[in-house]
Amino acid sequence: MLTLTIDGRQIEVKEGSTVLQAAREHEIYIPTLCDDPRLEPYGGCRLCLVQIEGVPRPVTACTTPVSEGMKVETTNEYIEGLRRTVVELILSDHPNDCMVCEKAGDCTLQELAYFYGLRENRFRGERRQYAKRDANPFIERDMEKCILCGKCVRVCEEVQGVSAIEIAYRGFNAKVCPPFEKDLDCEFCGQCVSVCPTGALMGKLSLGKGRQKDIKKVDTVCPYCGCGCNLTLHVARNEVIRVSSSPETLNEGWLCVKGRFGFKFISSPERLNTPLIRKNGRFEEVSWQEALDHVAERLGGIRDRYGPDAIAGLSSARCTNEENYLFQKFFRAAVGTNNVDHCARY
Amino acid sequence: MQERLEEILKTYQEDEGNIISILQDIEESFGYLPEDAIEWFSERLDVPPAKFFGIATFYAQFHLKPRGENIITTCCGTACHVKGSERLISSLMRELQIPTGEDTTEDRKFTVERVNCVGACSIAPVVIINKEVYGKMTADRLMKEIRRLK
Amino acid sequence: MENSTILIKVCMGTGGIAAGGTEVISAFEKELQAEGISAAVEKHCSVHKVGCRGFCARDVLVDVLIDGEKTTYEYIKPDMVSRIVKEHILQGEAVQEWVVKDDYRTFHEKQRKVVLSDCGEVDPEDIGSYMERGGYDALRKVLTSMTPEETIEVIKSSGLRGRGGAGFPTGLKWEFARRAPGDTKYLICNADEGDPGAFMDRSIIEGNPHSVIEGMVIGAFSMGAHRGYVYIRAEYPLAVERLRLALEQARKKGLLGEHIAGTEFSFDIKIKLGAGAFVCGEETALIASIEGKRGMPRAKPPFPAQKGLWGKPTVINNVETLANIPYIVRNGAGWFAQFGTERSKGTKVFALTGKIKNSGLIEVPLGIRLHEIVHDIGGGIEGDRKLKAVQTGGPSGGCIPAEMIEIPVDYESLAEAGSIVGSGGMVVMDETDCMVNIAKYFLEFTQAESCGKCVPCRIGTKRLLEILTRITDGRGRPGDIELLESLSNDVRAASLCGLGQTAPNPVLSTLRYFKAEYEAHVHEKRCPAGVCKNLLTYTILEEFCTGCTMCARVCPANAIVGERKTPHRIIQDICIKCGACFETCKFKAIKKG
Ligand SMILES: Cc1cc2nc3c(=O)[nH]c(=O)nc-3n(C[C@H](O)[C@H](O)[C@H](O)COP(=O)(O)O)c2cc1C
Ligand code: SF4
Ligand code: SF4
Ligand code: SF4
Repeated sequence: MLTLTIDGRQIEVKEGSTVLQAAREHEIYIPTLCDDPRLEPYGGCRLCLVQIEGVPRPVTACTTPVSEGMKVETTNEYIEGLRRTVVELILSDHPNDCMVCEKAGDCTLQELAYFYGLRENRFRGERRQYAKRDANPFIERDMEKCILCGKCVRVCEEVQGVSAIEIAYRGFNAKVCPPFEKDLDCEFCGQCVSVCPTGALMGKLSLGKGRQKDIKKVDTVCPYCGCGCNLTLHVARNEVIRVSSSPETLNEGWLCVKGRFGFKFISSPERLNTPLIRKNGRFEEVSWQEALDHVAERLGGIRDRYGPDAIAGLSSARCTNEENYLFQKFFRAAVGTNNVDHCARY
Repeated sequence: MQERLEEILKTYQEDEGNIISILQDIEESFGYLPEDAIEWFSERLDVPPAKFFGIATFYAQFHLKPRGENIITTCCGTACHVKGSERLISSLMRELQIPTGEDTTEDRKFTVERVNCVGACSIAPVVIINKEVYGKMTADRLMKEIRRLK
Repeated sequence: MENSTILIKVCMGTGGIAAGGTEVISAFEKELQAEGISAAVEKHCSVHKVGCRGFCARDVLVDVLIDGEKTTYEYIKPDMVSRIVKEHILQGEAVQEWVVKDDYRTFHEKQRKVVLSDCGEVDPEDIGSYMERGGYDALRKVLTSMTPEETIEVIKSSGLRGRGGAGFPTGLKWEFARRAPGDTKYLICNADEGDPGAFMDRSIIEGNPHSVIEGMVIGAFSMGAHRGYVYIRAEYPLAVERLRLALEQARKKGLLGEHIAGTEFSFDIKIKLGAGAFVCGEETALIASIEGKRGMPRAKPPFPAQKGLWGKPTVINNVETLANIPYIVRNGAGWFAQFGTERSKGTKVFALTGKIKNSGLIEVPLGIRLHEIVHDIGGGIEGDRKLKAVQTGGPSGGCIPAEMIEIPVDYESLAEAGSIVGSGGMVVMDETDCMVNIAKYFLEFTQAESCGKCVPCRIGTKRLLEILTRITDGRGRPGDIELLESLSNDVRAASLCGLGQTAPNPVLSTLRYFKAEYEAHVHEKRCPAGVCKNLLTYTILEEFCTGCTMCARVCPANAIVGERKTPHRIIQDICIKCGACFETCKFKAIKKG
């Protein structure tokens, strides 16, 4: 453990922490745009600049390791002035169309603009203009809103191991894009969407489905596989319009394409709501009781007539461990066969 | 193309190359970076094409489009700037009728480029025509050279 | 002149070659042969290629040495060779009218050559010629009779500071890397030389590549590296070629590779070509580039000496820094420290260019007065106009105004004046140069070279450039000057790497010394130096115009009309204000204003 002082408070932190981590552990707020504790530090947005006694120029808290006896100041007129300029510069190259932006209400940039009271912009000038043209089914990419924090690129490389996107060009023309600026063609895990601090990356399925303030959040577990990733369903007007996952969960907020974007079935009109039994060549709606009785009767009948090994059970990766355990138990003990298998083996 | 790419791959493996050196070899061989070549390497080396694209667009040396037969490079270092390199460029663009925003003539005969200081400041302004360095260039002499190449 | 030793040295730097050096050499070879002294040629006379000797403006420069007695000719063309051979070599009468004049001597007199002492003397393509002059002695001495610690001590006490820009003490840097844990360490020579207006590193490599190699091996031995890289710009093809050749020759002589000079120490060097990005001169970006990535800098710490190339301790040194090493080891730390000032020791190579009579490469003791450089070495301002300012340090530097011409040129004094020594670019400007335009020029450069990683530099330099552009276009608004200043300060403070941190320097320093010029642009829509196109008009003064049609012929926009022998007229709507007519008119009939 090391002892250092942040804004006059003496605190103890683990060796090897960064100033930002130390501050966060002790609930001292430092604004950031490009930081994500789950990704490698980047130091690009420059919002977490702090002053350290004995160091001539301000340094980024996210990249500076703590040292014994360090004295850090996270806020003062000078520092806030620099941060203000940084936000103002970002906004000078931003569409600022919060009124119609999907991200409004959940946007870090918007919050910062609010915090610094930036109505006017001293730096108004050329703004990047890009055609929005991407036919992929899941991710809306509005690169005019991109602030080049690089989080999407880092998550795609560091977490997903895909590197479907990269920062291309340089300087003012730098741009996050797939190779040769083609349409995005990747795993569509949507991790990039989940880390984007602005409205540059949005899920297509959620566009225009409801403002942030109208959303009810429901925590649940992903039904797709046995991993059991934690999900938060965003519900508007009794419809699931988006799925997110908090970084504090077991799955650290990471999901796959199914968990993140595979939620349309919930409100699909084709979805089955009750069991069906084929009677006279046609499916008919029946109650659960009737359906289960029917299954039990038929299984029992087959076992009695042809023996238990005439029956096989095939389970699904979508079931939990507990469910799979019960399933094989049912087959071995109740039906009396060892014919049990699982889709994940194929 | 295939053969040349195999050769480049070989030098890369023997000579501790990296993506940049591969791209340099491709550029040297074809005058630009054909998309196919990049895809080929991306597959052979199992490096995502996005990485190649990111690097190719970062460094000024690389071109994604084919360039002209004759490459005219104007030095834009401080000394050349003070001695009127901008003027040379505008007369070049006019003479070759290259529209603003472009750098190559329609018939792909000429490409006009700027380069950061080539370090021959004492003989500014410097123009490099097809790798040959010309010092103390004037608009007149430059036009003569261009017409000769036409 | 049967039994004399004749040696002819032809300057073959990039400047020399551009001026026709290759043709001059072959002309000499041909003439000598034709004169029937072919036997003598082979026996006594050799034509040498030598690297740049600084005075490129006078190329092709040729030394004729007869029994060691040297005569230097300037501006030599191939067709002049035969007369030199006939009169000078055959009859012993130098061709006086082509021999360099007094200014060639003053150009050299105030200089102190350390790094450049062998440039222009040795044949860069022949290791033997460097070794004859004591080359690689220092390396042998270090490897056979000194410990790494002792070597570091010598460099430390010589006071050598990095010549790449930051001026960090070299010995100290080596010591950090030596002490860093781990067996694998790297030494990188930074030959990216991206500053527009700087070409000392190119000239050193072209003129004497072995001094850099020797310096690297000594450095590697001191810090404990076995692998080194030279990161060099692809825009320097001649330097790359000579370096490649030099590395090969050094390897053959056992001065590079396994068991150097028969000792236990092994070290080899690889060349890595840059691909055209100024920011790759920055240490962390350079490392990323050698690793084959986009050259984007990262925050320090960790410093490269702790975690550099492939995560291993790495030292990055500039070409000139390394080229100093053999001379320091050979002659001793005290010898080196006698040059320079208390805190800035030794000599520094500058690329003196711009509106100066003698432009070229110069090496001077640090602490020399700027006045001495401009007037004694540089021979004063071109066209005898008035000095306005000297720009030092390129796009990271600033301007020293004419009033401060007595300033000593060393790290501290220049920093105090708001500029830097930097890599050594020195551009002299006269009253016809507009300082706002110069600031804009440098901003254009840095803006285009910004890597885009951090906000203040990516967007901030863009905005600075926009403000400067509107000021020079005559669209400046009240408050623009204050905005420039405040944004400059913020970009400087908040940017990630040295590029963004120094990019506003040209603006801040011109604002400091030439504010009135900014004000004239903004408030009076006037460019006092007559440079900013949109604030200019060219008109033909009828009373002086003879109707010679010269102007109409040079006008690239065909904006000049008039019959032969009658006064011409400029159609203002078509005029692109290039000034070509103004420069062409022999009768001073064109007014700029
Ligand atoms: C944007 C930028 C460009 C630079 N370009 C060069 C360069 O071209 N050559 C060089 O030697 N140093 C350059 N430097 C400085 C290097 O980062 C580094 O400080 C230097 O090579 C260290 O060597 P030295 O200690 O021998 O000076 C540059 C720095 C920055 C921030
Ligand atoms: S959806 Fe996943 S794989 Fe596709 S770009 Fe985003 S992070 Fe990469
Ligand atoms: S798209 Fe979003 S996450 Fe990616 S760099 Fe831009 S702002 Fe950051
Ligand atoms: S200061 Fe400029 S060059 Fe340096 S990291 Fe930031 S954007 Fe890149």
